[in-house]
Amino acid sequence: MIARRDVILGYVLLSLAALISLGPLLGVMILALGEPGRIGINLDIANATNFGNFADVWEKGDFGPAIRTSFIITSVVVVVSVILSVPAGYAIALMDFPGRSAIFALLILGILMPLESMIVPLFLDMRRFNLDNNYWSVILPQVGFSVAFGVFWMRAFFVQSARSLVEAAWIDGANSWQTLTRVLVPLARPQMLTLAVLFFVWNWNDFLLPLVMLSGSDLQTAPMALVTFEGARRTDFAYLGAASIITIIPVVIVFILLQRSFTRGILAGSIKE
Amino acid sequence: MSLAPVPVTAGGRRKSPPRSRAPGEPRRIGYLFILPAVLVYAAFVFAPFLHSIYLSFFEGNGITRMEFVGVANYVDIATNPVLRSAFIHALELIVFYSIIPIAIGLLLASVLHRSRIRGVAFYRTALFLPYVIAPTAIAVIWRWILAPRGPLNSFLEAVGLGALATPWLGDFTWALPSVGLVGTWVMFGLALALLLAGAQKIPLELYEAVRLDGGGLWTEFRAVTLPGLRYEIVVALVLTTTAALRNFDIIYVMTSGGPGNATVVPSYLVYQQAFKVAQIGAAAAMGTVLILAIVGVNLLITRMARGSS
Repeated sequence: MIARRDVILGYVLLSLAALISLGPLLGVMILALGEPGRIGINLDIANATNFGNFADVWEKGDFGPAIRTSFIITSVVVVVSVILSVPAGYAIALMDFPGRSAIFALLILGILMPLESMIVPLFLDMRRFNLDNNYWSVILPQVGFSVAFGVFWMRAFFVQSARSLVEAAWIDGANSWQTLTRVLVPLARPQMLTLAVLFFVWNWNDFLLPLVMLSGSDLQTAPMALVTFEGARRTDFAYLGAASIITIIPVVIVFILLQRSFTRGILAGSIKE
Repeated sequence: MSLAPVPVTAGGRRKSPPRSRAPGEPRRIGYLFILPAVLVYAAFVFAPFLHSIYLSFFEGNGITRMEFVGVANYVDIATNPVLRSAFIHALELIVFYSIIPIAIGLLLASVLHRSRIRGVAFYRTALFLPYVIAPTAIAVIWRWILAPRGPLNSFLEAVGLGALATPWLGDFTWALPSVGLVGTWVMFGLALALLLAGAQKIPLELYEAVRLDGGGLWTEFRAVTLPGLRYEIVVALVLTTTAALRNFDIIYVMTSGGPGNATVVPSYLVYQQAFKVAQIGAAAAMGTVLILAIVGVNLLITRMARGSS
């Protein structure tokens, strides 16, 4: 029996936890509508009406081009990474060829490897091949890191749920490619969506890689624009609040619309080996 | 790509032993299927990894000739107090990013396990939100909250604790715990959502059994909740410790390692040494030790999980 008291306690505690999570974000929304340029930074809900802050920040912080750059880079990374991860995960899950396990182990290692550690050689190599300061210098490493997780994730799904289907398709005479495109891809749509959401969130938020790769160009991503703006207006907190919201809003929208996919990725995702 | 989930291979719930037989039939065409992914990975993740190890044995600015110095850069990390402090700070951050959030999560999950909550989706969205938004934005938001005349100090003054108000991020004692607190805020929702999802799957009969045996709340926790959440705890530990060790954006925006060197962390020193003072070898050595630390901590976690099963 579940006691009524336990249920109420549960809702109270969870609501408190949710409030702690959301509190600072709600605070920033009020902050962002406050009077710009004021050093006094106590929240003034009654006068939180300066919707013009967003337009000002958009203009002064060059957020238009930055959001555009982020969208270009992130969409290419998401699409390419998913397209590369699916067939590789399929082959490693369901085909037998020499070196399969070793290759998989090396890919898994990539999930653990922090970009922060590789930033120096990545920069030197990109510069040597004249790839720095353009979209590709950010896109290519982001795809590299994304596929490490992507292959792992798709393989886990194909190993679990696709074996008998694939064997049936092979017996029916379908070749490997037909099996993938006609049988597995339709089956794996939810897993591919989860992967796309995760890739979108990680790569949109990525800061260090674009910071290093694009530093010699006019290009900047949304998080870079936020940090640049922040460096120029250290105490103009109403504007900084508005700039933060502009930076995070695409991810927040994607997350809220597709939160089922995202939480499945985090909850189930990290494993099931 | 910070905060990426990381795979753990231990502590899964599968009952059958892993397949020793390779799956499927021999299909060499498999190489074609993996080739594009492997090429991009090899060129932009694995080659830089090897290159980083190579560079760590040299000294120079990366433009003119690099001079071979053997393990000098590693000796520096072990002996130079600032470099060494970066790793100590990273360990301290693990307390704030991992231990505290998971402890809170366990506490709440063990209280909440019996009340099968409805409307979980709303709570889950709220709890995950800090984990999803850009760390750069989180840093800007918390720099405001912790500012000398910010909401936290105002709140302390309003409730008569004005004596405690301090410029948090500018204080040698408080800067690191303040940055850690931001990590706690980001991670506690993640840990709670993970552990709660796991706790809801523990059969209530197990708790009944403990009750019938006369066990109290502590026995319930030790005998049922903790073992039942082993898998979720491993996932939470891996995600949060990795985030704590990698932490760059928040330090870069909130403190730049200051005041003094009070909040320097490994990833920040990698950046600073490579791109501010052009010590390429030293930066590469720092990065390599960071990889070892992350891989080591992950092995330790999975080993512990295996050992307790």
